Amino acid sequence: MNKVLMSGNDIIGEAAIRAGCRFYAGYPITPQNELTEYMAEHMRNADGGVFIQSESEVAAIHMVIGASSAGARVMTSSSSPGISLKQEGISSMAACELPGVIVNIMRGGPGLGNIRPSQGDYFQATRGGGHGDYRTIVLAPATCQELADLTMDAFDLADKYRTPVMILADGMMGQMMEPVVFKKTRPRRFSEKFMLRGAGDGPSRFIRGLLLDPIDAEEHNWKLARKYEVIVKNETLRDEHDTEDAEMVIVAYGTAARIARGAIKRLREHGMKVGLFRPVTLWPFPESELRALSNKVKSFLVFEMSTGQMIDDVRLALQGYADTGFHGRPGGAVPTPAELANVIARHYKKD
Amino acid sequence: MPKIIFKRPKSIKENIFHYCPGCGHSIAHRLITEVIDETGIRGITIGVPPAGCAVLAYNYFDVDMIEAQHGRGPATASGIKRVLPDRIVFSYQGDGDLAAIGIAESFHAANRGENITVFFINNAVYGMTGGQMAPTTILEQKTTTTPAGRHKILDGYPVKVCELLSNLKGVAYAQRCTVTSPAQVNKTKKAIRKAFQCQKDSLGFSLVEILSPCPTNWKKSPIDSCRWIDEVMSKEFPLGVFKDDTVKTDKNAEAV
Repeated sequence: MNKVLMSGNDIIGEAAIRAGCRFYAGYPITPQNELTEYMAEHMRNADGGVFIQSESEVAAIHMVIGASSAGARVMTSSSSPGISLKQEGISSMAACELPGVIVNIMRGGPGLGNIRPSQGDYFQATRGGGHGDYRTIVLAPATCQELADLTMDAFDLADKYRTPVMILADGMMGQMMEPVVFKKTRPRRFSEKFMLRGAGDGPSRFIRGLLLDPIDAEEHNWKLARKYEVIVKNETLRDEHDTEDAEMVIVAYGTAARIARGAIKRLREHGMKVGLFRPVTLWPFPESELRALSNKVKSFLVFEMSTGQMIDDVRLALQGYADTGFHGRPGGAVPTPAELANVIARHYKKD
Repeated sequence: MPKIIFKRPKSIKENIFHYCPGCGHSIAHRLITEVIDETGIRGITIGVPPAGCAVLAYNYFDVDMIEAQHGRGPATASGIKRVLPDRIVFSYQGDGDLAAIGIAESFHAANRGENITVFFINNAVYGMTGGQMAPTTILEQKTTTTPAGRHKILDGYPVKVCELLSNLKGVAYAQRCTVTSPAQVNKTKKAIRKAFQCQKDSLGFSLVEILSPCPTNWKKSPIDSCRWIDEVMSKEFPLGVFKDDTVKTDKNAEAV
């Protein structure tokens, strides 16, 4: 397969279509418009491909629900404020066990915030986001290559567990260009029995999220919880750099992890033994892997482009076995590797 | 042998309706399923029930169904229909669902000319939540959230869905009917048949609005409820065909 130079948003679109996505609905919002436009242009040439520019993010997610129930591989995308609007539908997909991929190219918040890259939606993404007792698989790519790979994986995960999967990136990831190689796709494995295609001569089926009997609803919640346990066991992903000899480890994901790698490179040149622990799945969070690291590393610094959200998961994982510092740049501010290196160096010397 | 002239439509499941006595949903369900039976489309039909009194419609319709979130039926139905263009897809919605929380989804599905059918049960009140004001509640009508009657200054005016949507080019068929007498029931059934035919012929969005009695929340007997539709409600919401692209004449909006 050839190496091609593409921007992040386009890569997600191309990877989705290659993975067999045949239904996309979305509403324009910066900084992810290139993805919507890519789908408009290229879904036309995909066999059976449907693109709808919806009247709102709310409508988009419910179109995706319909298309998913009808058996298509589906995707919608948006950025932070638009993702808030989609939460009704994401909760519904989790309840109805409908597969689908939701892309959030995060921007500064809260409220309308701004259109600069940010990581303020970590809580929303990893805690379910909408109402009710559910989780969403959250994938956090940090390179364009990973955008391609994880987008394809997202469709497989969505089918495997019949659950919504979110790609959580930010405006920086969406806009940057890097060379990528699109990997080979696997044939879709998804049973016809979960699709509504009309009953034919057989019994009719229905898909619903409403369970009026509390015992039925409780059972359904436990069923989902058991599914989430399997996901935690099987699908947790993380990446480590320079942790073998590290005396201090930075915990960061996505764009923040890229900046951290730049900072660590500088610090290593000055003899400071700093490593990087990068969650690739934010939910499930690589809890035991991080805790295992605390056997040899006693100092962690969480860096996020927010006022501190993932740090909660880091503390839960470390259970007080190691010190946890924090550095954050919320609201669309992006530090340089040099700035971050200075911050890390101060923490490093303090320890 | 006596001849059977009236029986349960095949496309209705053998469950007991939870609807209140005198409610129009039961009649609407029956008419839709009769047409589904008579036109032989049960196996290719996918229905989208709403949030509201008809939220359990999947317990009654023996066709594939996916329950939509409140107001989102036309968006969900659009998604299904675009993936499966040769299936018959309908959304079944109440007045709050269609004309309040879901007005955007309804308006734009209609404007895109989505080749789906919407059955719109207008009873001028929120039934399931206990009788609050609906977007179609008429002026002076008392509800639990308009205890002194709907007031134009405070609450605005009743939304006229057929009038509104029939102005959109994507709408191929729009008719308002009621179920207050055998004659009206027959007209409603014809409208349902026409709406499905419209979809079969890929003409675009079809809408059948049914003025429907809600004796419980209107605090009227079933008979008085029908009378109120005939004498009061249908003055605000006149019956008739508002758009019909199946006949290429300029005589639309004529009374039926």
